[in-house]
Amino acid sequence: MNVDVLIAGAGPAGLAAAIELRRLGVGRVLVVDREAEPGGVPRHSAHTGYGLRDLRRVMTGPGYARHYARAAAAAGAQIRAGTTVTGWLAPRLATLTSAAGVETVTAAAVLLATGCRERPRAARLVPGDRPPGVMTTGELQQRVYLLGERLPGRALVVGAEHVSFSAMVTLAHAGADVVALVTDQSRQQSYAAFALAAAARWRVPVWTSTAVRRVAGRGRLDGAELADLRTGQTRFVPCDTLVFTGDWIPDHELARLAGTGIDPGTRGPAVDTTAETSVPYVFAAGNLVHAAETADIAALGGRHAARHIAAALRGGRPPRAPLLPVTVTAPLSWISPNAITVPGPPPARGRFLLRSEAFRRLARLEVRQDGRVLATARARLVPGRPVHLGAGWMARATPSAGPVCVVLR
Amino acid sequence: MTGTPPGTADVAIIGAGVVGAAIARTLARYDLRIVVVDGANDVGTGTTKANTAILHTGFDAVPGSLESRLLRRGSSLLHDYAARAGIPVERTGALLVAWTSEQRQALPGIEEKARQNGYTRVGPVSAAGLYQREPHLGPGALAALEIPDESIVCPWTTPLAYATEAIRAGVRFQLNSLVTAVHGEAGWHTLTTTGGTVRSRWLINAAGLGADRIDAMLDGGGRFTVRPRRGELIVFDKMARPLLGSILLPVPAARTKGVLVAPTVYGNLLLGPTAQDVEDRADTGTTAAGLAALLDAGQSILPDLAGEQVTATYAGLRAATEHGDYQIRVEPALRYACVGGIRSTGLSASLGIAEYVTDQLAGAGLALAERGGTDPGPPVMPYLGEAGTRPYQDARRIAADPGYGRIVCHCERVTYGEIRDALASTLPPADTGGLRRRTRAMNGRCQGFYCAATVSSLMAAARPADGAA
Repeated sequence: MNVDVLIAGAGPAGLAAAIELRRLGVGRVLVVDREAEPGGVPRHSAHTGYGLRDLRRVMTGPGYARHYARAAAAAGAQIRAGTTVTGWLAPRLATLTSAAGVETVTAAAVLLATGCRERPRAARLVPGDRPPGVMTTGELQQRVYLLGERLPGRALVVGAEHVSFSAMVTLAHAGADVVALVTDQSRQQSYAAFALAAAARWRVPVWTSTAVRRVAGRGRLDGAELADLRTGQTRFVPCDTLVFTGDWIPDHELARLAGTGIDPGTRGPAVDTTAETSVPYVFAAGNLVHAAETADIAALGGRHAARHIAAALRGGRPPRAPLLPVTVTAPLSWISPNAITVPGPPPARGRFLLRSEAFRRLARLEVRQDGRVLATARARLVPGRPVHLGAGWMARATPSAGPVCVVLR
Repeated sequence: MTGTPPGTADVAIIGAGVVGAAIARTLARYDLRIVVVDGANDVGTGTTKANTAILHTGFDAVPGSLESRLLRRGSSLLHDYAARAGIPVERTGALLVAWTSEQRQALPGIEEKARQNGYTRVGPVSAAGLYQREPHLGPGALAALEIPDESIVCPWTTPLAYATEAIRAGVRFQLNSLVTAVHGEAGWHTLTTTGGTVRSRWLINAAGLGADRIDAMLDGGGRFTVRPRRGELIVFDKMARPLLGSILLPVPAARTKGVLVAPTVYGNLLLGPTAQDVEDRADTGTTAAGLAALLDAGQSILPDLAGEQVTATYAGLRAATEHGDYQIRVEPALRYACVGGIRSTGLSASLGIAEYVTDQLAGAGLALAERGGTDPGPPVMPYLGEAGTRPYQDARRIAADPGYGRIVCHCERVTYGEIRDALASTLPPADTGGLRRRTRAMNGRCQGFYCAATVSSLMAAARPADGAA
């Protein structure tokens, strides 16, 4: 099969890109998703708050997923769920597996929009026994919202960012008694209103500066050993369910198989401000390049990528300028996009997204290239929450002066 | 054998690990009523499942030991059996890497030992040759020995294949039946288990970590004591697989073979094991210190591992004893065989051990009359390896049955068809752990983020049939 654009992933970024590509007159747009239904992660996220920035309305996750799937189909994109891109025979020649069989697709351009997942307990190297009852929010939400499972007993949530509170709500919905949210940070990282509401409505405390040292239970989960990072004291907290939340990592395997450069910060494919990777005509958007932002930001990133894909496919594109990497130093953990061309267009929403590993109330960011300060900006840093940086400095970068680095002053 | 009352067996085997299952499979070709008893809910849940998954040549065994002999024989038999049963095996070869001059000086001795063990295809590799073969190897390697026949194998399919073959030949597996007492009188062994009483004429003790306790129930024991040695292992993401071609072995230290890095047949890299003596025979927990030590060792062997994700960590217990060799003996008067102290080489040696024990039992008076009819041979097991074609890659198979095109576990690319087959197999899984070992579902990098809910619901749907079986 030949298509103009193959989109891997029918979540918010992939579907928003498909709609925009069709609107811009791109002919054959094929969106494949390995899950049985299109829509991505919002499908099993029952809470509201979706659609704010991209659709200018507020919807539940499943409603939002349905909206995008219908809109993309109505726009004339072909959507195939239950279809996995299993690899690449050449940069834009994909192999697919579905119930219909094994096939190959040749695409003029590819958009990788494979999203992200939470790092599970094993990847976080939490030692101890390996009983059932230990899971990620993704698994929890599917169990509860897609399968209607009940989870009676005590539950402990590891993490205190937005998704952790979402896991807490899901657990409460499933009949669990949530003992606490546990974070190794000195404060919770969600919005104060969330935390206050959680404390008031569900009476769930946030245990800060606390780490999970060990999981205990043979055959079934007994509980977790927690350590107070300030005193070093440990205590055992019995629980029947232990949910590891957040700690997102892009599902970057297809990107790596395609040979794209990987950004050491985001761990997703390195992309320039047009969302193009190091492999020409292979683009990436959504939480694959910024794990994890809200669905509307992913969708807007997909829409942005679509415009540049459509432009690239129109032909007559000049040779690509060399990519200048954009990096960060600690406590900043990543920036996305993480490459620029000079000159180059602004990124999605005209801003770069960053993450910090530390709290700073009034941080001063500096954009430097070869010792020269291109820009400064003020920001509030909260781990796990987005930090924004304008793109005005791009015009001041010098093509020959090497990488650009964003540092904390 | 004729004349065995109903509900009794000619031979009871305690232990459904790879050794017990191999013995059951080997004895199953004779006219015997055989029961395999185990406290776990599946075969191969102890030392069998949590090891380094290497099919050893036995090059570094103690020359002249029973272990050396049975490893050599078993390894050869298993290579052949695996090819027929669809058990994934890859002959990756191993490089025994010396990092210090002391280790380098030990290489010729190891080479000589390999020859004494009857393994001659071993040879030296220069540092330059080593880095040419393994360009991702960390700096500082001085020289190596190459053992081209060291292989990797699927430790889950192997006991399942033995058990499947045995069950199809009439062997009964009585699982969830932990043996708590053994009494002998009037020519019968009576086993008291948590799942009911079992009576048999002959008894084979293949109880692994519990072998010394069973031995004590038979004749007072004291011949050996199992001293569980815990080995923690780290499984790296499949994206790390291109970093390594061969198994990288360390030059052995006094207690163990040390930390190795090996590919797995599932396309991961494995780092481990640690070696810690523990008291608790069920303590398969990992520790912060153990994992940290492994990561540290891994980083100097293969520095690029540091940039890769960890898919799983686990720990296994090896049934070490105070002796350097296997503890196998047959007592004709007691109609009893003890197959203990199999340490960490049981997977590789299993078929050799089974053959040896069978011969010994025959010598001790167990009547081995061949069954009539044709031997159906090994079962063809679902193929779990990366080296061959998996169902999701097989256009013809999907055309015949679209279930093999429906990928359920994305990380490991396990299809609905494979899960359905496992749930309906000769020896179906009792829990999700069993399903993981039969299909690889949920074993991947997301550890169930995407598929655990779906897989659990497929299991739950199959449960009623399970209970009836």
